[in-house]
Amino acid sequence: MISRIEKTFKVLKKRGKNAFIPYIMAGDPSLEGTKDVVLLFEECGADIVEIGVPFTDPLADGPTIQMASERALKAGITLKKVISFVKDLRQSTQIPLVLMTYYNPVFKYGEEKFVRDAKDAGVDGVIIPDLPPDEAKSLISSSRKISLNVIFLLAPTSTPDRIKKVAKASRGFIYYVSVTGITGSTLLLDGSMETLISETRKYTDKPIAVGFGVSTPDEASAISKVSDGVIVGSAIVKRLNEFPDGLKKYIISLREAIK
Amino acid sequence: MSKQRVIAETGAGQHGVAAATGAALVGLECEIYMGTEDMKRQALNVFRMRLLGAKVTEVPLGSRTLKDAINEALRDWTTNVRTTHYVLGTVFGPHPFPVMVRDFQSIIGKEAKKQILDVEGRLPDYLIACVGGGSNAIGLFHAFLKQGIKMIGVEAGGKGIETGKHAARFAGGSIGVFQGCKSYLLQDDNGNVLGTHSVSAGLDYASIGPEHPYLRDKGIIQYTYATDDEALAAFELLSKIEGITPALESAHALAEVMKIAPKLSKEEIIVVNLSGRGDKDVQHVARIKGIEL
Repeated sequence: MISRIEKTFKVLKKRGKNAFIPYIMAGDPSLEGTKDVVLLFEECGADIVEIGVPFTDPLADGPTIQMASERALKAGITLKKVISFVKDLRQSTQIPLVLMTYYNPVFKYGEEKFVRDAKDAGVDGVIIPDLPPDEAKSLISSSRKISLNVIFLLAPTSTPDRIKKVAKASRGFIYYVSVTGITGSTLLLDGSMETLISETRKYTDKPIAVGFGVSTPDEASAISKVSDGVIVGSAIVKRLNEFPDGLKKYIISLREAIK
Repeated sequence: MSKQRVIAETGAGQHGVAAATGAALVGLECEIYMGTEDMKRQALNVFRMRLLGAKVTEVPLGSRTLKDAINEALRDWTTNVRTTHYVLGTVFGPHPFPVMVRDFQSIIGKEAKKQILDVEGRLPDYLIACVGGGSNAIGLFHAFLKQGIKMIGVEAGGKGIETGKHAARFAGGSIGVFQGCKSYLLQDDNGNVLGTHSVSAGLDYASIGPEHPYLRDKGIIQYTYATDDEALAAFELLSKIEGITPALESAHALAEVMKIAPKLSKEEIIVVNLSGRGDKDVQHVARIKGIEL
């Protein structure tokens, strides 16, 4: 069975276009607000939406998403609530949805139950930055049975062996982390991304989406020249929190830049 | 590795001082991450680290203690991995840190074994050590694992398990995956990590090195806890009767000695690990007692 994510990339490839993948932290500051933003993303032409699950110790995240996570936790948001939020959201949209969560909430929830409940609710993929494929055998096997895509990450420091392993394990797309660092870091466009992406393409024809540190339309445009998708997180979360009125205009400017 | 910079996290400040000393000796740039709360209660060690030329960076996030300092050090390492080595201070984190740190710390047990054989001509009956992340305990125990000696790890009971204000992972936690390894963790039903409390910064941590649950399951090491008050009483007792001021962390191990020693015969030998000195805690203890220095 082909997932909504895989289908989206297939259609985009035919049209020679890049996916625009915006991120939002669920429940920052409320789930009602998150629903409006997801629908706004769709209205502005997003192809896939990444939904963050708050966690007390978000190791891969910079200050912007750490603070969003704290606000969401304060609002009482848990993995369980995010899953039922997706179920509710599915009444209003069929856009592919990817959860970004740390591993311990999934472990505590129970891997098999998580995979089943997430899929039933309408989740299409999951990104777990602190779970490398080496440790994900059971999650991979239970998620593949029902085509829930587990998306793994590559970094600028990934070795050829690691690239092969991640390319093989990842489903839906491969998440290329554009910087050595945390979400919201400053992007460095020095050509190393092109090298690693073309290296990765030797082993796989799966789509490659780039995230961490993408904040301006110019950066998004530059990245879309070498990738299949562009993920924007911290910059959106920051705007939503600081100048929510300018969010729509900003999302449209990103969409127009990603071709 | 040709790396020019080292980073470390610290709770009590002991590991931070050690890392800063090593870096100063060989001329490496050194940055130490420390929670705001710990910087306050271990001010002496903050001063020592800075004196040694290290940059001490305050971590005002989360519970502002050891776990948050580790998060921040891991974030730094992810960012600067090409130029920086992370000197993790306990038997925790992603593999191979737990075994690497254990092997370095095992010098404690090797020396203790040699010394007790020199002095007493036999191995001890008990080994007791406090357990935060668990490096001083593993360091002492490791050389004795196959000898059938009773070994006790003492966690921080804080204000008591029933209050929820403690860092006793075995008494109050469950299995989780945190900061790169699977072990006992103080967490809620949703897998979020709970805040901890201990009078001692070095034991104030939500998880425990993964080799500890392994050795506990095999029945080789037993675990218990001592409360803040018991540790403070032991801190004062050792100062008074031996003229040795122990670290508040180590005072937890001493509190266990105070509990079991009266029940043993005079012939039995207990080795207790005084893993740190208490100079760093004097101001903090005075503050707790309402004395201004």
